Amino acid sequence: MRHLLSAGDLDRDAALLILDTAAEMAALSDRSVKKLPTLRGRTVVNLFFEDSTRTRISFELAAKRLSADVINFAAKGSSVSKGESLKDTALTLEAMGADAVVIRHWDSGAPYRLAHADWIGGSVVNAGDGTHEHPTQALLDAYTMRRHLRDGTGALEGVRVGIVGDILHSRVARSNVLLLQTLGAEVTLVAPPTLLPIGIEQWPCDVSYDIDAVLPNVDAVMMLRVQAERMQDAYFPTAREYSRLYGLDGERMRLLPEHAIVMHPGPMNRGMEISAEVADSARAVMVEQVANGVSVRMAVLYLLLGGAKELGE
Amino acid sequence: MAAARAHDLRTVLTGDDIARATRRIAHEIVEKAKGASDLVLLGIPTRGVSLAQRIGLAISEIEGIEVPVGALDITLYRDDLRLQPPRALESTLIPAGGIDGRTVVLVDDVLFSGRTIRAALDALNDVGRPAAVRLAVLVDRGHRELPIRPDYVGKNIPTSGLEQVHVRLVETDGADSVEISSAREA
Repeated sequence: MRHLLSAGDLDRDAALLILDTAAEMAALSDRSVKKLPTLRGRTVVNLFFEDSTRTRISFELAAKRLSADVINFAAKGSSVSKGESLKDTALTLEAMGADAVVIRHWDSGAPYRLAHADWIGGSVVNAGDGTHEHPTQALLDAYTMRRHLRDGTGALEGVRVGIVGDILHSRVARSNVLLLQTLGAEVTLVAPPTLLPIGIEQWPCDVSYDIDAVLPNVDAVMMLRVQAERMQDAYFPTAREYSRLYGLDGERMRLLPEHAIVMHPGPMNRGMEISAEVADSARAVMVEQVANGVSVRMAVLYLLLGGAKELGE
Repeated sequence: MAAARAHDLRTVLTGDDIARATRRIAHEIVEKAKGASDLVLLGIPTRGVSLAQRIGLAISEIEGIEVPVGALDITLYRDDLRLQPPRALESTLIPAGGIDGRTVVLVDDVLFSGRTIRAALDALNDVGRPAAVRLAVLVDRGHRELPIRPDYVGKNIPTSGLEQVHVRLVETDGADSVEISSAREA
């Protein structure tokens, strides 16, 4: 594995290797000295064209725990705001000797371009591109499910997952569907028809418009954020109506089976897609998802950078 | 060629030999530590962990107290990470009492270059501060590349650099034996 661009690139063995490695990383994070010498002398660049707090901090912490040097490159206040192209930014990072570039970009496909255009020699990790993919989020979600479901045995075969909300604009949903399918879980997407992408019937999952019919049959439900900027685009009449029809409140939460967990990639809009009662309930695992994110990203960085580079480099 | 090499296997320790060696090592550890009260045994995965458990069991039979046994994975501390593809990690399990102020006995199956033990010492450093660190190995085959020596040895086996030592244990391989082959490559 040289790059991590799409959750769909991971076969079952590769995905399980990352998740098992993450479990060992998590065990090491419990002790007083959390730093490991593994990536000493390697440089990881966080190239963030789009605002993100938790993903960037998570990658930064993961790289630092493995003793890599971390450079944070935010598009705001950089030469990108002066009109520099992705290519020139990449060439600059290459000249500085980046071993890995963690990229978040507003354009779908930017990480793929960066990885395949021969601009840089290092690894590329997709930290979210446009409405396309966010593979490390899917990995940390799968990791969280492994810890909570099936008595922590780690088997996700046949586990049923509901993903509710703005599927159309969600890179989290796409990556999750691809990864969960690889791991043998069954996914049902729940959204109003206007928030489902064209061609959804080709995705390896079920689709429903009725959240109340789906909730009693899932082991985990993942609520997606409805972005405020979508309101103007008339995907649904009012925020209030959306919340009534697709939001998860206490009453709906009680439709879930006893063991089911509630997930959210964050940041949450309390009162919109999820009520405060649900967000603060014992079933909600959002805080744990954040902690798991660091372990999963440590595993990804270790597996990408920890070994020998491929021949010919 | 491969088939011919398979016949080159030479048994140097039988199952009984291994049982006697681990029992003797257990006695030596207790003798040197003047008891077993402050001992922690840490095996280096995978076969070191099985050996540590066996030695721990033997010590508790001798002294009548439980000795904490754990596992210390050293993969993330290796000095040859950049020479090979990334390796899968093994479990690290530090006993609940920790290692601070205790005598830690590292247990591994074969002592060769000493680089694994160097990595283990680095890893221990991040876990805590033991009062002392000792090293027990089932086989010392020589060819040290670092100034490291074992405190307890099951058997010294002089080998040539081309030979390979195969330790097989019931827990991982279904049977107990140590064999040497003269294969030139893995």
